[in-house]
Amino acid sequence: MGAGSTAGIPANTGAAVRVTGLVVRYGALTAVDGLDLEVRPGICLGILGPNGAGKTTTIEVLEGLRDPDAGEVEVLGRTWHKDAQGIRERIGVQLQETDLQRKLTVFETLRLFQSFYRKRRDLGEILERVGLTEKKNARIDDLSGGQRQRLTLGCALVNYPELLFLDEPTTGLDPQARRRVWEIVEEFKREGGTALLTTHYMEEAERLADELVVVDRGRVVARGTPGELISALGAQSIVRYAPRSGSEVAAARLLEADFLALPGVSSLRVGADVRELVVSDTQAAVSALLQLFDSRGILLEDLSTHRPTLEDVFVSLTGKQLRDG
Amino acid sequence: MADRSALFELVRVRVLLFLREPEALFWVFVFPVIMAAALGFAFSGETAPIAKVRVLDGPDPSAAASLLRRLGADHGVNLEVEIAPFADEVAMRREISSGRVDVLVLPGDPPRLVFDGQRPEGAAGRTAVELALARTAPGAEPAGEAELAPMRERGSRYVDFLLPGLLGLNLMSTGMWVIGFALADLRQRKVLKRLLVTPMRRSSFLLSFLLARLVFLVLEVAALVLFGVFVLDVPFRANPFDFAVLSLLAAFTFAGLGLAVTARAQTLQGASGLLNFAMLPMWLLCGVFFSYERFPEALHPYLKLIPLSALNDALRATMLEGRDLFAILPELGILAAWAAGAFAVALTIFRWR
Repeated sequence: MGAGSTAGIPANTGAAVRVTGLVVRYGALTAVDGLDLEVRPGICLGILGPNGAGKTTTIEVLEGLRDPDAGEVEVLGRTWHKDAQGIRERIGVQLQETDLQRKLTVFETLRLFQSFYRKRRDLGEILERVGLTEKKNARIDDLSGGQRQRLTLGCALVNYPELLFLDEPTTGLDPQARRRVWEIVEEFKREGGTALLTTHYMEEAERLADELVVVDRGRVVARGTPGELISALGAQSIVRYAPRSGSEVAAARLLEADFLALPGVSSLRVGADVRELVVSDTQAAVSALLQLFDSRGILLEDLSTHRPTLEDVFVSLTGKQLRDG
Repeated sequence: MADRSALFELVRVRVLLFLREPEALFWVFVFPVIMAAALGFAFSGETAPIAKVRVLDGPDPSAAASLLRRLGADHGVNLEVEIAPFADEVAMRREISSGRVDVLVLPGDPPRLVFDGQRPEGAAGRTAVELALARTAPGAEPAGEAELAPMRERGSRYVDFLLPGLLGLNLMSTGMWVIGFALADLRQRKVLKRLLVTPMRRSSFLLSFLLARLVFLVLEVAALVLFGVFVLDVPFRANPFDFAVLSLLAAFTFAGLGLAVTARAQTLQGASGLLNFAMLPMWLLCGVFFSYERFPEALHPYLKLIPLSALNDALRATMLEGRDLFAILPELGILAAWAAGAFAVALTIFRWR
């Protein structure tokens, strides 16, 4: 295999990953409840979902770490049942929380992982890719969080994987370390690799994922490209307001129907600390909203509008903030 | 091809990790030698006198001096003798009850002995003093050689009994700790889970622990045996090949037990509790520091079946008595049975995550 070769997907006509009717239960709890998924070769699919939505469980089934209770799973045209080693040889995995053996050096760690595979990428090339050439002989104990994360990514790339699983690859990293991880994943994508990503970060999903599925309570509730998902929201903008401290009681008396009667307001989320309207006509809605507040004597601390983002899509689909705990 | 190199890498990693753990190195290599040294010198019996004897200086100084000379003479009875001025009766008895002195000798004809017959040192001291006085009495026959042959022969002293026991203890605790602890640690930190998604063969992984263990086994056994032979003068009468076979089998047995005991432990605390639970009885019951013959006779057949007892019996038979493999076949059989059982259990219930 030549240096810098592509992930080398065989003339794969089918999906890199195909999941139908996946069910996983933990005792009485159904973590994944009839989930369907398809990842076409060469794209990066992002799975978004609140905590406990079943993202990690789904990924662990795909990685062969967990047996499903029902459903069909095919990875790179193979099943775990029939060709587990064949799948393992061809995938790269970054688990959500793994520690490495801290007293080993970067190079020793990569050499160990490389030895497990038939197809082996040159270690110098991997070090270069993940930006750890200078840290080659450093012990893992002495690496920063970002460097460790890049090393685990390096371990996932030793075998020229066709398919890369990334389970919250940048959780807990600072923005700069996060961007360096993204660059490594982008390089993998440029070479034609397929990736499956779960994340809590909208910016990460927007930057890395070509397609997204939103998962809630073990099911897919929406799928499409980031642009498709946003336009499916049918919103021109999101309007946020905050009443002044003296007006909170009056503001709390407003009913859902009061807002929905306004022109251009299609839906709303009003809670203790969130007051958001999804609006299809920004000008009409804002002017009507201000009149409503005037008529009730409500004074505003703040009023803002922004174009809808994935975060808004997520909130409107699941009723939860993406990072709620 | 690919797989053999994976095994090689796994073994290399285990060895590296062990070498980078100074504490582990201390407990495996240094501590057993320190323990052997401390216990070996404490119980070597070469210098320890049978009893501490104090001769009390009375009104006639020459009588006390003569007693001191007679008791201190070399007559096959090792006594530590000193002279002290006479104090009152109460002070004398306090010296005895506190253990500073075993026998007090008051000059007279015959000399009067004060001792505590309830304590072994008191009773032994009295006998020794009487013997010494009898031997040195005017006109007494000098002691015959046969009568006085002390148990100083190599191979039959306490230190000779102790060293194989310590070796067995070390083979057990290193084998069980190193493997059980390392695996529980890898499981707890989810390193096992990460390895599980690679094509690494599960058997290579477990085998790497055993092979790495063997690298250190040689050093660990050699450290203790050489120390025993050259410093404590413990005999080594075993055929090296037989001895190696026995050590190897023991290493596998205890590695298997470590694996089985911690096969499902999710945390290090859990693993260390289980390991202690498994090993503590063996420390006590298996003839490490004292022979299990001291337990009631009805228990002996069962005690012999415990792997550490079998190992210690076999180590003593080969090292001290120069027996061959054939002679220790029953012990080898017991160890092999434990090894087979332990690995069967471990591989069935082993938890990778």
